[in-house]
Amino acid sequence: MTEELINIVILAFMAATVVAIVLIRNLFAVVMLSGIYSLLAASVFVVLDAVDVAFTEAAVGAGISTVLFIGTLALTTRREKAPAHKPLLPLLVCVVTGAVLVYGSLDMAPFGDPRAPVHRHVAPYYLEHTASDTGIPNVVTAILASYRSYDTLGEVTVIFTAGIGVILLLGSWRRGRKPPPPHAEGGGA
Amino acid sequence: MKDYLILRIVTKLLLPFILLFALYVQFHGDFGPGGGFQAGVIFASGFVLYSLVFGVAAARRILPVGILRAGIAGGVLIYGGVGVIDLALGANYLNFDVMAHHPKDGQHMGILLVEAGVGLTVACVMMTIFFTFAAWSEGE
Repeated sequence: MTEELINIVILAFMAATVVAIVLIRNLFAVVMLSGIYSLLAASVFVVLDAVDVAFTEAAVGAGISTVLFIGTLALTTRREKAPAHKPLLPLLVCVVTGAVLVYGSLDMAPFGDPRAPVHRHVAPYYLEHTASDTGIPNVVTAILASYRSYDTLGEVTVIFTAGIGVILLLGSWRRGRKPPPPHAEGGGA
Repeated sequence: MKDYLILRIVTKLLLPFILLFALYVQFHGDFGPGGGFQAGVIFASGFVLYSLVFGVAAARRILPVGILRAGIAGGVLIYGGVGVIDLALGANYLNFDVMAHHPKDGQHMGILLVEAGVGLTVACVMMTIFFTFAAWSEGE
């Protein structure tokens, strides 16, 4: 009961944050609000007992992403342009997509149901054998680093590729070379 | 931001704890929540805070571009290298059982090394992205 109440409060805060993000034109405030949204999402994960995911969401979503967004704002502009046309069609698309997703979630097994398919595939094996196979108390780390090591290698490669991409596209700060102005056509920089 | 005394002092006070916490998350990931990914991001955020307060140039003097780029590749190399070591020791790729006399010790060793690789790459990529963005906005 308490958990449900906490969830409702956090989800209400998230909804309010999203509405504010849509309405506000000051991009600096929008970036701050999206950081708050990530922090609220991390709180939901904590309530769901997924502390590892919550940790990642708080560190990446609320921390680094916000900093990178601010860095992007420093390169571009701090005010969003007023939309050129009525937002009715995008709103309709969003509402329909959301309704379809909610309709799909009606078929999901109840939260924590031990008979749900996700809990009957490989998860029982990991939970039973992690201690005897690896001797590591944190099952999440054992799965990520040992059982699913290939997937994590792929993830590291994705991060690596992202870094290489940024270096190739923007990385001319090496050897003191000045990068070209980001918006050459706009002027007034 | 170099004139804000309080920000400078607080940053100097906070920075060791942020980096220490990152190392704690890195090496305590076997026992509690955390791991290389989170640790790398926290470590990078410490340096981001430093460069926000003291300027990107000061941060770049501590972490030259060469070190960051070596770290980006080095982390992936450590991760893949652990797999190659496992192959050389006669096991499947990334099967850590053979890395020590006892399979459990081998798993501990393998997970530690692999997480170190993840943390190194993530931290260096995050700092590189931030420094690159910052250099662009300064270049105007």
